[in-house]
Amino acid sequence: MRYLVSVIDDKTDSATPDVMAAIDAFNERIQAEGHWVFAGGLAAPSSATVVDNRGGEALITDGPFLESKEYLAGFWVMEAADLDEALKLAADGSRACDARVEVRPFL
Amino acid sequence: MNVADVQDAITRAHHGEWARVIASLTKRFGDLDIAEEAAAEAFAVAVERWPADGVPPNPGAWLTTTANRKAIDRIRRESKRDDKHKEAQRMWDDPAEPAVPLGAIDDDRLRLIFTCCHPALAMQTRVALTLRMVGGLTVPEIARAFLLQDTAVGQRITRAKAKIKAARIPYRVPSAEDLPARVPGVLAVLYLIFNEGYLTTGPGTDPVRHDLTAEAIRLARLIRALLPDDGEVAGLLALMLLTEARRTARVSAGGELVTLDEQDRGAWDAALIAEGHRLVRERLAAAAAGVAPGRYQILAAINAVHTSARDVRDTDWSQVLALYDQLVRVDPSPIVALNRAIALAELDGPEVALAAVDRLDDALAGYHAYHATRADLLRRLGHSRQSRAAYDRAIDLAGNTAETAYLTRRRDQLG
Repeated sequence: MRYLVSVIDDKTDSATPDVMAAIDAFNERIQAEGHWVFAGGLAAPSSATVVDNRGGEALITDGPFLESKEYLAGFWVMEAADLDEALKLAADGSRACDARVEVRPFL
Repeated sequence: MNVADVQDAITRAHHGEWARVIASLTKRFGDLDIAEEAAAEAFAVAVERWPADGVPPNPGAWLTTTANRKAIDRIRRESKRDDKHKEAQRMWDDPAEPAVPLGAIDDDRLRLIFTCCHPALAMQTRVALTLRMVGGLTVPEIARAFLLQDTAVGQRITRAKAKIKAARIPYRVPSAEDLPARVPGVLAVLYLIFNEGYLTTGPGTDPVRHDLTAEAIRLARLIRALLPDDGEVAGLLALMLLTEARRTARVSAGGELVTLDEQDRGAWDAALIAEGHRLVRERLAAAAAGVAPGRYQILAAINAVHTSARDVRDTDWSQVLALYDQLVRVDPSPIVALNRAIALAELDGPEVALAAVDRLDDALAGYHAYHATRADLLRRLGHSRQSRAAYDRAIDLAGNTAETAYLTRRRDQLG
C-alpha cells in the first residue's frame, strides 16, 4: 500500500542544518527498510504556474491554484503495510522535518 | 414456542451475536460495509423465518452462516461489475503481517472495537461506528441518542467505512507494544457513550438513556474479559457499575434529579455495587504493589467510597478529598478541581469551598455544574440573592431535563 506523506508548512527551504541532517537520516532509514518510493522538497508556491488545457487552448496563470497561509512544502511517497505503519513512519518524518504532515493513501 | 419467546430469542441473539457476526464477516471478507449489510440481512431473515421454523439450536452459528451466504451473494453480484473486490480480499486475507501475538488476548470482536476506535477517525465518528458495528444499534437509534439527523449519522458511518477501506486502517488488535497507546482511545469512546446515556442532554428527552448506559457497560465488560490485566479497563468498568447502581435512585418519580445526599440508598443496586467494589479492591491491591492508578481507577475509588456509606452522614469525606488530590495530579482539569471543592465543602465548610470554586470562573463560566455548585454553596452560606442568580445561570445552561427540574425547585425554595 502506497501513501503520500505531505509536509505542511508556511515556509519552504528554511530547514536548519540540524533539521536537514535529521531528514537525511530518516530518508536513509526508510530506504534501508524498504519504505522509500520517492521524496522531495518544493520551491515556494509563488513559483508555481497553473495550466488549464481543458478547453483545448492551454491557459497559463501565474501563481498557485489555491492561495493559503500553509501549503505543501515537500512530500514523501512511502510503501507501508497499512495505515498504522504509515502513521508511525509519518510521526518519525514529522519529527525529522519539524513540521506537520498529512498522510493520504493512493488509490 | 410463542411469538413473545421468538421475539425474545431474536433480541437476545441481536445483543449476543451481532458484533460476533460482523467481526467474523469482516475478517473473512475484509470489508466492514459488506459485513454490516450481510449481518443486517441475516437478522431480517431471522425475524421472518424463526416464528414459522422455530429458533435454531445455535442461533449464532445460524446467523453467521446466513450472513456469510448473503455476503457471498453480494460479492458475486458485484464481481460481475468489477474485480476490485478480489484485490481487496487478497489484501485483507494476506497473513504476511501478523501483529505481535498477544497469546490468549485475541478475539474478532476486539479487532472490531480497535478498528472502530482507530485514532485516525474523529471522536464522534468512533462513537457512531462503535455503536453501529459493535453495539448493533441502528442508524436512527444512534441519531436519536445524540440528537442528530439520521442522514448525518448515516453519512458519518459511510465515510468512516470508506476511509477504513481506502486508507487501509488495519483490522487487528494492536501489537502489545502499541496497545497501551490505543486502549485509552477505546475507553474514551465507551465513557462518552456511558455519559451520554447517564446525563442525556436535550429538552423533551428522557433524563437517563438506560439503553446507552447498558450498552457501554456491556462493551466495557467485553473489553475487560479480553484485557483482564489492564487497570484502567477495570477502573472504567467499576466506575460505570457504581454509577449505574444509583441510576433508579437518581431521578424521582416526578422526573427530578435527586442528589447523592438525598438518594434512597436502599434503592441502589446491591449486585452492581458489589461487583464494582470487587474491581476497585483488585485495583487497590495493584496500587499497593506499586502500579500507579489512572483516572478511571481513581474515579471508581471515589464512587466506591460513596457507595460504601449506608447513610450520607457515614461518608468518609477525607478519603474522598485524598482521592481527588490524587486525581488532580493525574488530570489537573478545572472540572476535577470543581468536584474536589464539593468534597472540600463537607470537610472545611462552604466558605472555603466557595473560594476554591470562584477561582475556576475563567475556565468554567459556561458550565452549568459550576453555577449549580456555587448556588448551593451560596445558599448554605445564607446569601440568597447571589444564590438565586447562580441558580438562574445554572438553569439556563443545564441540558438535562431532570437537572433543570431540580435546580428550579431549589431556586424557588430560596428565602
